[in-house]
Amino acid sequence: MLKTTLSLALLLGASTAAYAQENLAPNYNVAEPAVSDPSIKPTAPTVPVITDDEHLYETFGGREGLTALMDDAMARWLQNPKTRPFFEAADQTKIKALLVEQFCVIMHGPCTYSGRTMAEAHRGMNVKEGNFYGLVEELQVAMNKRHIPFRAQNRLIAALAPMHRDIIDK
Amino acid sequence: MLTGGVSTIEGAGGGGIVPWALIGSYATRNQIGASAFVTGVDTQDFTLASYGGAVSFYNRLELSVARQNFNLRDVGAAIGLGNRYTISQTVIGAKLRLFGDAVLDQDTILPQFAVGVQYKINDDKTVVGGALGLKRKGVDIYASATKIVLSQSLLLNATVRLTKANQYGILGFGGLGGKDQAYKAQFEGSAAVLLTRKLAIGGEFRTKSNRLEGALGGTSFREENAYDFFVAYAPTRNISITAAYARLGQIALARQNGAYVSLQLGF
Ligand code: HEM
Repeated sequence: MLKTTLSLALLLGASTAAYAQENLAPNYNVAEPAVSDPSIKPTAPTVPVITDDEHLYETFGGREGLTALMDDAMARWLQNPKTRPFFEAADQTKIKALLVEQFCVIMHGPCTYSGRTMAEAHRGMNVKEGNFYGLVEELQVAMNKRHIPFRAQNRLIAALAPMHRDIIDK
Repeated sequence: MLTGGVSTIEGAGGGGIVPWALIGSYATRNQIGASAFVTGVDTQDFTLASYGGAVSFYNRLELSVARQNFNLRDVGAAIGLGNRYTISQTVIGAKLRLFGDAVLDQDTILPQFAVGVQYKINDDKTVVGGALGLKRKGVDIYASATKIVLSQSLLLNATVRLTKANQYGILGFGGLGGKDQAYKAQFEGSAAVLLTRKLAIGGEFRTKSNRLEGALGGTSFREENAYDFFVAYAPTRNISITAAYARLGQIALARQNGAYVSLQLGF
């Protein structure tokens, strides 16, 4: 019994691993922004390109779609008590424009990201895990409002999630 | 939203019958969360009602309690116990997340990993402790690995449980006449597809040990693996409803298939 159990567990583990390796770490590199201070050491890419075609980018409605998405998301972040304190005094127009660039690059769109690394942009901000989830949830609501298919939403969020290491509690 | 899981019949956060490595409720690493649940399982011959709750601390520790009432309905009368005879048990659980974050760590194959214990106290002195002469208390120990592969909208879980329980402990612990008292490893798995932020479907299975077969002669009291197929729906952040078709394998004299419905409130 123990033997079957363990081999089953290993089998499941190994197949998950092989599968995940293919899908979790895609490899379409774009240069990361430079850091202004060598003490900042990003642990997750700011622009992790996750596809080699423009299909996902088009699903999001291209640059126009992303611009409308970020307008709506920012309006929601300014409403939600978990995110409002961080954005109300910030340069919202600039953040929205940089988010459009960032998401565009991640989805292999024809853009260049001109902002900073996530590690540098959120340094000293003391974002908590609850703020992070609050931001992602409002982004999800905004994507739903634009009828972006759930699977496409999840591909983008999967690319953003690892940035938590450079954003939360920093 | 469903990435927090629901409450198992044994109280721990997970699927319907398999505990996951996730710490129940939506509480983050800075928060304390709580949840309460009530679950009913109805098969040809039996009804299980389970209710309880859990408190989770800082996405690290989950403490849970569940009360299970297993109603023998007509079978109780058939074996001379009277109609609607009920065997009850309490399950006190603790689960500790050791490492990993199933949701946030999307760039690594490393799952979220947790270990847990469940202390089960069966009240039934007439059948379990009496006629069958079985131990009424037992401790299950388990380890769970859970991974959400968000880019594929998938949740995968594998759990290994060391247990002496017969039918989750409803029929006590260890074999008849003081035999077969050793822990045995059981494997439990879950897979779910996230369809929307509020809706997930999936399946689970759970191997079981078979220590009581032949207690009433023949293949009576054989114990078999359990499966279920579920739909979980979270209309709001605080409520989830799970409905499942469960194939629980043989319990007492016959195979039991039926419906499973669960309501969970989370804070
Ligand atoms: C994965 C999640 C996140 C992504 C992809 C993201 C992305 C960005 C980007 C592209 C910028 C502009 C960078 C620059 O100025 O060079 C930025 C800035 C900013 N972000 Fe985030 N962010 C995330 C999470 C958060 C969270 C959770 C908060 C707080 C609730 C937050 C608050 C801010 C603020 C206040 C700024 C402006 C910083 C400044 O002006 O110096 N971000 N973010």
